[in-house]
Amino acid sequence: MSIQGTKINPKYFNKTQIGFYLFLVPLSIFMLLPVVYIINQAFKPLDELFLFPPRFFVQNPTWDNFTDLFRTASSTGVPLSRYLFNTVLITVATIFFTIWISVSSGYALSKKKFKTKKLVFTINQIALMFVRTAVIIPTYFIIVRIGLNNSPLVHIIPYLAMPVSVFLVKQFIDQIPDALIEAARIDGATDFQIVMRIIVPLTKNAIATVAILTFQATWGAVEASNLYIQDETMKSFGFYLNTLAVNAGNSIAGVGIAAAAGLIMFLPNLIIFIVMQSRVMNTMAHAGIK
Amino acid sequence: MKMSLMARARQIYDAKKKDHKFKDAVSVFFLLMPYALLFSLFIALPVALAMYLSLTSFNVIEAPEYIGLFNIVNIFTQDPVFLRYVLPNTLKYSLIVGPGGYMLAFFLAWMLAQIQKGPRLIMSLAIYAPSMVGGVFMAVVWRTIFSGDESGYINAFLLDNDFITRPIQFLQSPEYLMNIVIIVALWSSMGVGFLAMLAGILNGNEELYEAAYIEGIKNKFQEVMYVTIPMMKPQMLFGAVMAVVSTFTNGYIGVALSGSNPTPQYAAQLITNHIDDYGFIRYEMGYAAALSVVLLLIIILFSRVAYRLFAEKH
Repeated sequence: MSIQGTKINPKYFNKTQIGFYLFLVPLSIFMLLPVVYIINQAFKPLDELFLFPPRFFVQNPTWDNFTDLFRTASSTGVPLSRYLFNTVLITVATIFFTIWISVSSGYALSKKKFKTKKLVFTINQIALMFVRTAVIIPTYFIIVRIGLNNSPLVHIIPYLAMPVSVFLVKQFIDQIPDALIEAARIDGATDFQIVMRIIVPLTKNAIATVAILTFQATWGAVEASNLYIQDETMKSFGFYLNTLAVNAGNSIAGVGIAAAAGLIMFLPNLIIFIVMQSRVMNTMAHAGIK
Repeated sequence: MKMSLMARARQIYDAKKKDHKFKDAVSVFFLLMPYALLFSLFIALPVALAMYLSLTSFNVIEAPEYIGLFNIVNIFTQDPVFLRYVLPNTLKYSLIVGPGGYMLAFFLAWMLAQIQKGPRLIMSLAIYAPSMVGGVFMAVVWRTIFSGDESGYINAFLLDNDFITRPIQFLQSPEYLMNIVIIVALWSSMGVGFLAMLAGILNGNEELYEAAYIEGIKNKFQEVMYVTIPMMKPQMLFGAVMAVVSTFTNGYIGVALSGSNPTPQYAAQLITNHIDDYGFIRYEMGYAAALSVVLLLIIILFSRVAYRLFAEKH
């Protein structure tokens, strides 16, 4: 076999690639089918939702499902905009603090010298396999005990400890030459200045990745609203849409509304990822565990 | 006079160095403190508390009472649901979605690396997209597709073509639910680990491949086994750990699809659902914590296998 045929990341089409396309194209279509389906479903008017046999593609698209969704007031009379406001606030705050925490601890773990550095990094690496749902019950007691129950902060604080984010940022900061930091220090820069003027501009890709991962975890989050928030006005948009989708999904008339809700939860994720995908891929190139 | 000046300079230098060291320690403390605090409170402490509670009988109202390994022993001897359904289900699900999904992710990433950039971007987006859809989407889409009446797409298709005469209750019948859960979990499992492996393959050193062919590698399979995988072991390991995490985090799918916990006849009951069942429905917190410990052990076991395979030996 020629070397040309074995190339990773080829620049030109080559007939050895046909086999890969034959497998990948149908698979990609299969993976995307549910997404295409929900888009069609969300824009279907009522009579098309009722159709038997069901038709996959929408014939006369309307915004009815979306307007219905926004009109359906919650049973407690909390307007939809309130849930949306809560979630935007939660998402922005969580992303900001997660970035802050990952950059500062990533910097310390990468560029600072201290005795327990290796131990701290090893512990963080083990914690990569932490599955939050596994210890949901002890976490519940801790959150209640420290007084976060029914506090708006419960949406944010418990979710800020993200070993993956710290790990990704630390691996990325490892690329920055020590000499650069040393030079800044000789010029009298404090650690805060070093982080803000050197580390942050040079780790933009990793920061963007952390932001995306945090967004994905926070935007549709329901756990905090489910377990810890009793006050209806402090629950999240994702929680509201979820209850709506579960209740509405059982009656056929609600299927369209539920699809509209699912689409609203999904689209921001997709758009942000498309915009930032090259930064994510750049970060992932350094994401290995040695 | 001159000597003492030198000594004085030395003294000042030493003092400054000491001061610098002290300042450094202070700044390390402030840089790491927020994370260390949150980590201890929401990761380390819950794990420790799970271990403690697993040794107790605790119903939330009365104080936990120490009963030793009673819960753990009960899980494996007295809990017919766990032994008959939860354990086999969890093993089946986690082996197929965990290592199975992981191998699929690698295979897809490898194939994507063999084609040009433009089509690769579009198709990797299509494959990655399901991992970010979230719970609402999952419940809406898959519940309608597998819906038990003729409005469900699969049922409508089967009825239309006369494969069946009456609609199948996919999400309520034990023989289908588990397999559907596995399909949905696999569908949504191409996440961060998949991206890391794709980036790892793309960043490979081309000279290594050329050298390998000169050395006598004959086909693509040998190329993958002897060049690609050894070259990107760190990404392989990261991908494996992420696969383990997403497998067990997605344990809610069965409940989301069937709409009830426990799932119909425990068909898709996984250990995560069993924990919720005992913790939040029956309030047997000690027993639920013991189940958590079992789950943590399973996760550690899976991760250890991954480290065994891919960690660089020192």
